[in-house]
Amino acid sequence: MASVAPEVEKKEEEEQVVNPWEVSAGKGGIDYDKLVDQFGCQRLDAALIDRIARLTGRPPHRFLRRGLFFAHRDLNEILDIYEKGDKFYLYTGRGPSSEALHLGHLVPFMFTKYLQDAFKVPLVIQLTDDEKFLWKNLTVEESKRLARENAKDIIACGFDVERTFIFSDFNFVGGAFYENMVKVARCVTYNKVVGIFGFTPEDHIGKISFPPVQAVPSFPSSFPKHFSGNDQLRCLIPCAIDQDPYFRMTRDVAPRIGYQKPALIESRFFPALQGENTKMSASDPNSAIYVTDSTKDIKTKVNKYAFSGGQDSVELHRKLGANLEVDVSIKYLNFFLEDDDELERIKKAYKEGRMLTGEVKQLLVTVLSEMVERHKRARARVTEEMVDAFMAVRPLPNMFG
Amino acid sequence: MGRTKEELLARLEELKIDFKRHDHPVVLTVEDQAKHVGNFGGALTKNLLLKDKKHRLYIVSALADTKVDMKILSQRLGLGKGGVRMAPEENLRQVLQVPLGCVTPFALFNESASAVSLLLDQGLKSKQSCYFHPLTNDVTIALSSSNLDKFLLSIGKQPAYVDLEASPVVGKDNPPDLADLVPSGAFCSSEESVENPTPKDAPQVNVPKEKTCLPEVKAKPKVQNKGAESSESKVLTNNGPNVEIFASDVLEVIFPLFLSEASKKLNIKQEELTQILKLDDFKRRAAPDLESVTNMFKNMAYTAGFHAGFDTMLKSGLGGMPSRK
Repeated sequence: MASVAPEVEKKEEEEQVVNPWEVSAGKGGIDYDKLVDQFGCQRLDAALIDRIARLTGRPPHRFLRRGLFFAHRDLNEILDIYEKGDKFYLYTGRGPSSEALHLGHLVPFMFTKYLQDAFKVPLVIQLTDDEKFLWKNLTVEESKRLARENAKDIIACGFDVERTFIFSDFNFVGGAFYENMVKVARCVTYNKVVGIFGFTPEDHIGKISFPPVQAVPSFPSSFPKHFSGNDQLRCLIPCAIDQDPYFRMTRDVAPRIGYQKPALIESRFFPALQGENTKMSASDPNSAIYVTDSTKDIKTKVNKYAFSGGQDSVELHRKLGANLEVDVSIKYLNFFLEDDDELERIKKAYKEGRMLTGEVKQLLVTVLSEMVERHKRARARVTEEMVDAFMAVRPLPNMFG
Repeated sequence: MGRTKEELLARLEELKIDFKRHDHPVVLTVEDQAKHVGNFGGALTKNLLLKDKKHRLYIVSALADTKVDMKILSQRLGLGKGGVRMAPEENLRQVLQVPLGCVTPFALFNESASAVSLLLDQGLKSKQSCYFHPLTNDVTIALSSSNLDKFLLSIGKQPAYVDLEASPVVGKDNPPDLADLVPSGAFCSSEESVENPTPKDAPQVNVPKEKTCLPEVKAKPKVQNKGAESSESKVLTNNGPNVEIFASDVLEVIFPLFLSEASKKLNIKQEELTQILKLDDFKRRAAPDLESVTNMFKNMAYTAGFHAGFDTMLKSGLGGMPSRK
């Protein structure tokens, strides 16, 4: 799967571009309302969030409460199915392009873990090592190695081993999975795929034939050993909204090959430290907080690079307050501070100038350090044998328990 | 395999227990049941399945118009103010092995329900006969409370009648009067050691801030879950090691011990401490780290087992597995 991290470039034009390989905003950042309209997905409203809380018997995840996962396709159908006592499965993935994961990469995995725990359903995680080989200048061995390394960080996020199957394309593609890939491929014309993904005649055919690989994990028959006989089992895909084009294509093809359409639950983009209009990239380590950063690194990065919406001087700040729209520390707290009341208090105090940028940043450093330390501790416990276990094609008897 | 209603009714006949049988379409609520048997003279009962924070289950069987106050009941059981709530549907299916809308004292006939505590409304004794479901909700049987007792005794259960509408004060000088009805298990021994307070005497816990809504047992006319799984083929016990439940259990053991230690060392009365330090805040802060650590532990155990199994198959084939005969 293409990287979740947005690659937002400063462009002169007003037009925003959002697809799996390019995300660029017009002036003023991404217009999510326009995006939802343009893509044709639905907004996740309070009623739906309440329904999720009721059905799962637990409070909704903060990403739902804060509107970070904010759009969906067919989520209400999935909830109807679940309410009747039937099941569904989750599908998410990662394009293993670099060893280091940053917090933006963790967001969809954190949310997927919540979905798995709340609904008690199985999960397949696809590592698209082939995609990275095709798009980046990597060898096959390096792509495979990165996939296994990334699998360790994914495992550290806390998925349930009894309900989770992780696979990499180089290892797994073949058999029924490949049959589905070819079925999908036959239903999508060259023109269509160019229209959706922006391919050009100069692009090699590896790229053009890749999309079915990411589409077919939505179909349970791609996993005959796991979901044998359950061809109509529905699939829910948590992802960032830039992945929507992939699954629009998949949803279009599904009924034509006798399969159910996958449902989607989509998130906003995670901002780079320097602000929404900056590119978060592996080549600039200061654009993001990585799961390998020490508390000292986090402190330095936040203090030095996190774009502040505060005023230039203390006096001005006390008078005018902060601009929450552009303040990155507040945006990060929105993602990672659990307590709703505390967050509201901070936002209010900061906006009214009673709280200073330094204080907000200090709190953010504490919150982020706790999270990163927890991740590191878990990551240290992941062994090669554990990766083998998660990636083995093994029976999952309790997967719907 | 759960017991069937035929097995139950046959057993009642064996025991020479008098009962009247009424067949009707499936009913999910007391109101619907009343439509079919309301005029036959027996007393309607409501049957609740409750669960406490340690996942122990209680059936409360009462006359339909007896008021059951969960807060008071929770205190009387020694579980604090918000200690019990309605149990989720899976407990009905897995532990009681009855369908939705069918909680009944007769569920104790199933071995899977052996740890479930039964609280009977004193009011049942005053009626000539009371209505219960015999493991399915397309039949209602009417029998007297003494006959119900006869059945319960025959399966080794001591019937416990309670004045459900009473609300005695529970405090330092008045221990919870229903504490004996809490099922015994790992965390709750009836032979208490003097030093460590058992969780029954644990400080009052507040109702958690965030509301969680669990489906009420008899209220919703939901479609039955005929579908993917059949409950007969499911393994009875909890489906695999559950990280969240484990972490919650650990925190519930540690927190009272911590309070007790702190109270002793800081020379503050434990009651005062519990006003300041709340179990739920503690749980909320500790849960993410504890769950993460627990999950990794589970992964390590699973990984070891997985590789052991794989190697066994490689080296010894099917012969590696002992035979059970």
